[in-house]
Amino acid sequence: MAPGPRVMPQKAKNFKKSIFKLLKYCKRHVWGIVISLIFAVAGTILTLIGPNKIKELTDIITQALPAFDQDAMQWVNTNLSVDLQAVTNIGIILVILYGLGAIFSFIQGFIMTTITQRLSKRMRKDITSKINNLPLSYMDSTPHGDVLSRVTNDVDTIGQTLANSIVTLVSASTLLIGSIIMMFITNPIMAATAIGASLIGFILIALIMRFSQKHFVAQQNELGAINAHIEEIYSGHDIVNVYNGKKETKKKFEQINKRLYVSGWKSQFFSGLMGPIMGFVGDFGYVAVCVVGAVLTMSGSISFGVIVAFMIYVRLFNQPLAQLAQAFNNLQSTAAASERVFEFLDAKELDDESHKTTVLNDAKGDVEFEHVKFGYTPDRVIIHDFSTHVKAGQKVAIVGPTGAGKTTLVNLLMRFYEVDAGKILIDGVDTKDLTRENIHNLFSMVLQDTWLFEGTVKDNIVYSKEGVTDEQVIAACKACGLHHFIKSLPHGYNSVLDDNTSISAGQRQLMTIARAMIEDSPMLILDEATSSVDTRTEILIQKAMDKLTENRTSFVIAHRLSTIKNADLILVMNNGDIVEQGTHKDLLSKGGFYADLYNSQFDKED
Amino acid sequence: MFKILSKHLKWKQWLSILLSVGLIVLMTWLDLKVPEYMQKITTLVETEGSSMTDVWINGGYMLLCAASSAVLSVIVGFIAARLSSGVARNLRSEIYDKVLSFSKKEMKSFSTASLITRSTNDVTQVQRVIAMGLQVLIKAPILAVWAILKILGKSWQWSATTAVAVIILMSVIITLIVIVMPKFKKMQTLTDNVNRITRENLTGLRVVRAYNAENYQADKFEEANDKLTKTSLFTNRLMSILSPVMSLVMSGLSLAIYWIGASIINGAGDQMVMVDGILTPLKLVSFGDMVVFSSYAMQVVMSFVMLTMIFIMLPRASVSAKRINEVLNTQPQIVDGQGAVIPTDIKGEIEFKNVSFKYPDADEYVLRDISFTAKQGETVAFIGSTGSGKSTLIDLIPRFYDAIEGQVLVDGVDVKDYKLDELHNKLGYVSQKAVMFSGSIKENISFGQREGDKPSEEEIKSAIKLAEAKNFVEKKEGGIDAMITQGGTNVSGGQKQRLSIARAIARKPEIFIFDDSFSALDYKTDKKLRKTLSTKLSTATSIIVAQRIGTIKNADKIIVLDSGEMVGMGTHDELLRSCEVYKEIALSQLSKEEL
Repeated sequence: MAPGPRVMPQKAKNFKKSIFKLLKYCKRHVWGIVISLIFAVAGTILTLIGPNKIKELTDIITQALPAFDQDAMQWVNTNLSVDLQAVTNIGIILVILYGLGAIFSFIQGFIMTTITQRLSKRMRKDITSKINNLPLSYMDSTPHGDVLSRVTNDVDTIGQTLANSIVTLVSASTLLIGSIIMMFITNPIMAATAIGASLIGFILIALIMRFSQKHFVAQQNELGAINAHIEEIYSGHDIVNVYNGKKETKKKFEQINKRLYVSGWKSQFFSGLMGPIMGFVGDFGYVAVCVVGAVLTMSGSISFGVIVAFMIYVRLFNQPLAQLAQAFNNLQSTAAASERVFEFLDAKELDDESHKTTVLNDAKGDVEFEHVKFGYTPDRVIIHDFSTHVKAGQKVAIVGPTGAGKTTLVNLLMRFYEVDAGKILIDGVDTKDLTRENIHNLFSMVLQDTWLFEGTVKDNIVYSKEGVTDEQVIAACKACGLHHFIKSLPHGYNSVLDDNTSISAGQRQLMTIARAMIEDSPMLILDEATSSVDTRTEILIQKAMDKLTENRTSFVIAHRLSTIKNADLILVMNNGDIVEQGTHKDLLSKGGFYADLYNSQFDKED
Repeated sequence: MFKILSKHLKWKQWLSILLSVGLIVLMTWLDLKVPEYMQKITTLVETEGSSMTDVWINGGYMLLCAASSAVLSVIVGFIAARLSSGVARNLRSEIYDKVLSFSKKEMKSFSTASLITRSTNDVTQVQRVIAMGLQVLIKAPILAVWAILKILGKSWQWSATTAVAVIILMSVIITLIVIVMPKFKKMQTLTDNVNRITRENLTGLRVVRAYNAENYQADKFEEANDKLTKTSLFTNRLMSILSPVMSLVMSGLSLAIYWIGASIINGAGDQMVMVDGILTPLKLVSFGDMVVFSSYAMQVVMSFVMLTMIFIMLPRASVSAKRINEVLNTQPQIVDGQGAVIPTDIKGEIEFKNVSFKYPDADEYVLRDISFTAKQGETVAFIGSTGSGKSTLIDLIPRFYDAIEGQVLVDGVDVKDYKLDELHNKLGYVSQKAVMFSGSIKENISFGQREGDKPSEEEIKSAIKLAEAKNFVEKKEGGIDAMITQGGTNVSGGQKQRLSIARAIARKPEIFIFDDSFSALDYKTDKKLRKTLSTKLSTATSIIVAQRIGTIKNADKIIVLDSGEMVGMGTHDELLRSCEVYKEIALSQLSKEEL
């Protein structure tokens, strides 16, 4: 193929293991694969018979050719005619052979494509369902982009390379072995000549490949470096601009750009060498076959047809060698990709809870923390010994400076994370005895990070709840003060929310509140809106939230002072742990961390 | 595509292209010479009694031709590699320069993500086509025409067969492309869909679980997954026709040539022709022709296949080229001022004179008739709801945008008259989202050019201390030499913001601009920083945009913005009494008795 910047295959850490896992995953397609491989082998064998038949054809033609009689110094046999019947016979056989070959190869390709596409589909499905079955501790520590790239890039790589490399490996090996056998059957001396000639070429190519490898790696690295640099500088464009940093960054850019240029042209040049060398190896083999063939023909030990057959064999023999090299390269990428996919698929899932029989259908909302101990990593306990009792219908505010770990309590309450020691009880039932699904049913949750998906307004508000009537949706939206806004959208409740919909942060927040209203669970977790919402919307959100918290036990991650003050219980967090608890009054009079935090917001400069 | 070439090639590179064309012509000649020697060898082998030396000589010539052709091809490959990588390097560099010269307006109209793709992927795309084009685009037509010329004289039956083969192959390829191409485009959207749903699931992980919506998500994904699989099954299955058809046509062609050859040889009867002065039976000549013809015919077919491939690649590359040209042809709107700036005695003063602003292509004004003055050492704060225009107002000072009406003056001089560098040297700007570059903390803080020398180590350390960043910087391994990773992922949001404030302090500016830079900080740090600004850095003027009333309560002047208009100006106490909007904002954050 034409040279171009080639992408170096990533290396898998454990090649064999990854490929083995992948094959195991393909198990249900085993028959399809076997059938398609049989077709591949059959097609290859047909390709191999071809030259043999061409040889016969040539022989029939050459038999009719005149010959020069050295002794008589004149042409003899000048009026022999070609046995056209025999030519037609062989011609028809060849047409059938070639036709069958094409059909076999198409069937093979068709089956393999089907299998790989199904396989990719299943992989994508398994990865996404895995996303929802992994503990949050795993998901939180894995960047989204990473998972996403496994769903798309890695699965794509597997889909593209797997079929190709398996079929190529099998058919190319068949072709290689077959052509060697056929060559030796046809004529051992010629066979040795053809193979010898090609081998010289391939040793050359192997040497070049080894030499060029480092340039490919370098090019890949520099490409990564320049992408990273460009991304960084373009994103920080304002800062570069105001700080007059153009010269400084340009200098760095040019350094990388130059390195990329050097490694780029080198790797391209070396990969470009392959073509001419392969071509020359082909011609070299050809000449070698001709010369040796000529000698043999003249000595009368072979017919001319043998030479013609070998001209084709030389090509058939060179082709699979190059293909095999490519297939191994591809297989490296397959292995690397499947290693990443299976690393994710094999991660430990959440514990199975199907044996749990305790069900809490409608909780009053009594929540008790009993000597809870927790740490995100075993070696760093952050909540040491926390106990408190929240009575049904009470409002609990969780406060603390940024990064104090306010969401930790929510994580534990929802069993996104499991406590290391102690208990959390809802209406006297240990949450460990309930299924996660059951616990989630008991809570409605509104998060600061307002999550909406591409879909209609209605879909976003109803979400996964079943049997919700339009009236209920409208009622919820009216309660949140959203109804008027939604009506103003082009298709009302059926308007599709996507990147182009202009919807403010406040309206997004209100929609998630409406969603929580529809969910209508006995308890509530609220992460209050940030300051990025304008004042009027903020008041609206406040009202909606107040409505939502009525008669429900609610846990509020508080950013607003008014929330804190009328809470029944304030939990003060710092550095991950709960450092104080009590009502606003208690805590203020205590004059501790909370009082300090509270006062720092508005007191005069001292 | 060609625009890019004609603009970005120097005469040296044109020369090397010319050289390549010459070399390729020579190469094609050699390539086509090879079958001629093949023919001679074939004839020699066929003719009983020819001497072995002749076979050797012709074989030698043939190898010589093949080897020279290979060497030429290597040279052309070398030129192509150097040239295409060189063009790519220059393009990247030019785009980079251009982008750095852009103002916020151009950045927005292209979007950062798109500019990144244009500087990287699009350039690579062009590079690839130049490399390919230099070799294949030039060679394929030359080879095709030359090979056709060579075979035309031989026998019309053979030529017709070859033509039929070419037509079949090309029509199959073109039909496939026509059917498959639109599906490929559709597949891109379907892949985006699958990505989007996965991303939604990932970002909303807690919501999905809290609402027990795992199955809901799974169903949604399954639908998208299904559609994607169906389409890609269709295209891939269709494409799997291509390779069998290609090999069928190729082998079919050689068979047809031999088959037809058999009757041609038969038809020759016992005629004799003169070849190289020797009377030779026509049959023998025809046979030699046949062997050579089959090899030329392959060349013709292959060159047409190559041409087809290029025509598939070219549109993609020309899209990339067009995208690159769009960037290069965009002239930045905001450039250095022309008027010579006469230095005034005024320092650290900012004045807005009846400034109005609207974004390009927008109908609505974002700012309307804003006037105020900030004197040296003063702290002026802006507050207002989202969309009130406070960040936009600040953007006019470093000339991210230019005012549509009115004047922005710094130290008594219109900002448009300054050279951008001079203007920027007066400013210490801290953005809303802290920006860190990969490199050491030291490099980050001393970033950029300034009037004097780069700050000394002492100055950097003191800036870090003033920005309340001393504690965590000292805890880092290597202190100020500790490395910040790309995107600053190894420091927290608050730490990043403190470092970017230190960067502004180290610049020793006349004017600090804080675009909502304090909201990532906790109340305590916020307070300490403000104190530092009002005491240790009191000679500098501070312009602050804030969300929290607490942050700006003690400012010398607070300006309240509402939908782009100034609805109040004064101190905290004055505004509480006189400004309804300010009071509303204040009440939502603090209770009555706290005010």
